Amino acid sequence: MILTAITLGFILEKVILVSIILGGSLGIAMYSTWAERKVAAVMQDRRGPNRAGPFGLFQPLADGLKLFMKEEIIPTLSNKFLFILGPSLAMLMACMTSAVIPWGPNIVHADGSVFTLQVADINIGILFIFGVVSLGVYGIMLGSWASNNKYSLLSGLRAAAQAVSYELAMGLSLIALVMMSGSLSMREIVEQQHGFWNNGYFTWNFFKQPLAFVIFIVCSFAELNRAPFDLSECESELVGGYHTEFSSMKLGFYLFAEYINMFITSIILSSLFFGGYNYPGMDWVALHVSPLFVSIIGVLVLLGKAVAFILFFMFIRWTLPRFRYDQLMDLGWKSLIPLALFNMLVTGAIILAFQK
Amino acid sequence: MNIYQITFWILSLFTLAFAIGVIMSRNPINSVLFLILTFFCISGHYVLMNAQFLAIVNIIVYAGAIMVLFLFVIMLMNLNSDTEPQKNFLVQFAGVVSGGALLLIMVAAIKSSLTGLEGKNIDLINSTDIGLIKNLGTVLFTTYVFPFEIASVLFLSAMVGAVVLGKKDSALKTAE
Repeated sequence: MILTAITLGFILEKVILVSIILGGSLGIAMYSTWAERKVAAVMQDRRGPNRAGPFGLFQPLADGLKLFMKEEIIPTLSNKFLFILGPSLAMLMACMTSAVIPWGPNIVHADGSVFTLQVADINIGILFIFGVVSLGVYGIMLGSWASNNKYSLLSGLRAAAQAVSYELAMGLSLIALVMMSGSLSMREIVEQQHGFWNNGYFTWNFFKQPLAFVIFIVCSFAELNRAPFDLSECESELVGGYHTEFSSMKLGFYLFAEYINMFITSIILSSLFFGGYNYPGMDWVALHVSPLFVSIIGVLVLLGKAVAFILFFMFIRWTLPRFRYDQLMDLGWKSLIPLALFNMLVTGAIILAFQK
Repeated sequence: MNIYQITFWILSLFTLAFAIGVIMSRNPINSVLFLILTFFCISGHYVLMNAQFLAIVNIIVYAGAIMVLFLFVIMLMNLNSDTEPQKNFLVQFAGVVSGGALLLIMVAAIKSSLTGLEGKNIDLINSTDIGLIKNLGTVLFTTYVFPFEIASVLFLSAMVGAVVLGKKDSALKTAE
C-alpha cells in the first residue's frame, strides 16, 4: 500500500520542504506587492514607495502591519461563517498548488540517497493544479455572497463566470502539451525539456507549442483576475469588487492570495513551457560543480524565469486597458477555445505523421 | 484493522454525515457546500482505491465546475424559507416514489456486482496501477469504446440544445 511507506524521516523531510516553499512563496508574494508599485511608478514616471527603508524595501512590512492593526468589521447582515471562510479559502487554495511543482533537480547524496525538491510527485500533477485552480473561485464566490452587498455579489458572479469560461480554454491548450509529452506528471514534463537544444531542435515546450503557450498565458491572466481581465474588481463599476465589505487582514488575505497565485502561475508557466529548472549548458555545469550546487542553480534558474513572468504580468497590467465583459466572454468562447481545439488537432496530426 | 480500513471508515462516516447535511440544511447555499464536501470525500474513496485520476477529475468536474454553476444560480435566486413554494401532496408522493425506485436500482446493482465478483480474482483491485490514466484510457478506447462514443454524442446533443435555447432568446429580442 501507499501508506506503509511513510516513516518519521520522510514526514520530517516533507515538513521542512513544505515550510521552505510556503515561506518562500509568501516572501516572494510580499515583495511582488512592492515590485508592482515600483513597476507602476516607473511606467507612470513616478518614484513609487521610497520612504520605508532603502528603495522603500520595508514597505510590504509596513503594509502588513497596517492591515493587521486595522479594525475588523463584519457586516451585521452577513453570513459570518462564510464571510470568514471566503478569504481563508482563497489563501488556502493559493498555497496548495505549490505541492506538485518540481523546484529543482534531485539532490543525490554521496551515499546514494536522493532528496527530491518536490513535495509530491503524483502522476496527475497537471490535473491536481487544475483541480486546485478550479476550486480557487470558491473563495471569491463565498466571500462575495456572504458580504450581503450587491456590488460584491455581482463581482463574485463575474469572477465565477470568468473562471469557469477560461478554465476550458486553459485545459484544452494543455491537452496538446500533454499529448506531446505523454505524461501528466510535472516532473516528467520538466525532465523532457532537459537542456536547451537536442536532436536539431529546441527542447523547451514553448518552441514546440507556441500557440498553446499564448492561449495558456491569456487564460492565466483571466484566472488570476488581473488586468486586463480584472472585471471582478473593476472599481469604476463595482466599488471594490468582491472585497468591498472586507477589512483588516481578511482583505489582506484576498490581496495576498492574488500575489501568491501570480507567483505560482509564473512558476507553472516556466515549468510547463520554459523548461522549469533546465537551462542551456546544464550538462556542462553538472560535470564541473558539486551536486548540491547543481540543484541550487536549478532552483535559482526556475525562480529567475518566474520573476521574469511576474514582471511581464505587471507590465501588462499597467499597459493594457480593461476589457468589457462581453468582449471578455467573446474572447474566451469564440477565439481561445476554437484556437485551442485547432492546436490540439494539428498536434495530433503531427504526432501521427512522425510516428510513421 | 489496518490503516487502510481506518481511513475507509472515517471517510465513509464523513461522506454520510455531509450527505445528510445536504438534505437537512435549510439554507440552499449550505446544501451546496455540503455537497461539495461530499464530493471531496468520494474523491478520497477513489484515492483509497488507487484511482487518482478519477479522484481528481471528480473534483475538477463536479466540485470545480458544476457546483460553481449551482452556487451561481442559487445566489442569483436568493432562495430562503419565506419564498420557498410549498409543494403539494402529489409532488411529495412522486418524489418519494422516484427516490425509492432509485434506491432499489442502486441496491440491486451493488448486489449483482457482488455476486459476479465471487470466485473471481480480486487481486486486480489491490494492484497499484489499476487507476492509472494509461490503463483507464486503454480500457475506455478498446473494451468500452462504443458506450464512450455514445456518451460523447449525448454530451454533444446537450451542448447543441443549450446553444439553441440561448440563440432563440436573443433572436426574439432582436425581433421585438
